[in-house]
Amino acid sequence: MIDRSLIGKTYPPFYSEVTEEKIRLFAKAIGEANPIHFLVESAMKEGHRSLLAPLTFLTTVSYEQEDPYKYLKDLNIELGQFLHANQEYTYFSPVCAGDRIKMESKLSDLFDKRGGRLQFLVFRSTYTNQDKVIVAKSKTTLVVR
Amino acid sequence: MPDWDYSIAEIGDQLPPLTLRPINQDDLVLYANASGDQNPIHINQNFAKKSGLPNVIAHGMLIMSYLGRLLTNFIPQSSIKNFTVQFSNMTHLNQQVICTGKVLEKDSIDGKEVVTISLKVEDLQGEKKIIGQAIINSDL
Repeated sequence: MIDRSLIGKTYPPFYSEVTEEKIRLFAKAIGEANPIHFLVESAMKEGHRSLLAPLTFLTTVSYEQEDPYKYLKDLNIELGQFLHANQEYTYFSPVCAGDRIKMESKLSDLFDKRGGRLQFLVFRSTYTNQDKVIVAKSKTTLVVR
Repeated sequence: MPDWDYSIAEIGDQLPPLTLRPINQDDLVLYANASGDQNPIHINQNFAKKSGLPNVIAHGMLIMSYLGRLLTNFIPQSSIKNFTVQFSNMTHLNQQVICTGKVLEKDSIDGKEVVTISLKVEDLQGEKKIIGQAIINSDL
């Protein structure tokens, strides 16, 4: 059982550079073919500063950390033991190549279902760019099997 | 933008569905590298089996990303204000998924048109992988 007193725990901010290469590779991996993710001229023609990051691109930020699963291991949750249950993004401003994104996260809730057999962890993150503009917020719910 | 215009769509109107090809191991390795999510449950068959699964499973975020493509195929990305999904079932190797969406609500808030689209990903047998919704507001 996860210690409920951990609700509200915050994690150190993490910074990530959004590059053209990362956007192209991510777009390719999700099968996205829109040139605004591949060609700077196409992105600019659509009014963007540079290549536009796809809707789900911000998921890459946390995985750049040296051990992206440390926050789960600290809760004694092993790889292979948890699944993604819910994901929410709220968007405020586009993310483009050249941005430097600060991710700030916290453990916002813990609860269980089925008499404690399934435990849910809810993390909330805020993503802020180099101009101190909040570009997006996310809510990630994981379920421990 | 292409042929489907959310701003004139009626409640119940469907987006043209997006059908993916069957998921293979290379798709998962490429996504693992692009996203940084190297959880072995997605890329290492032995690990997946030890974790009680028949084989590796797709990253939930990859399936959500396919659903994101359904949206951005027809809606300018900057008009999408919220994108929320619930993962209902795992997507296994060789499964083929279809992303669908339809207009759930249309509202006018402060004179701006706000459209809510309900979203679904299911496999060819009709097993739900994702249900979700997106909120569209063209006014930036």
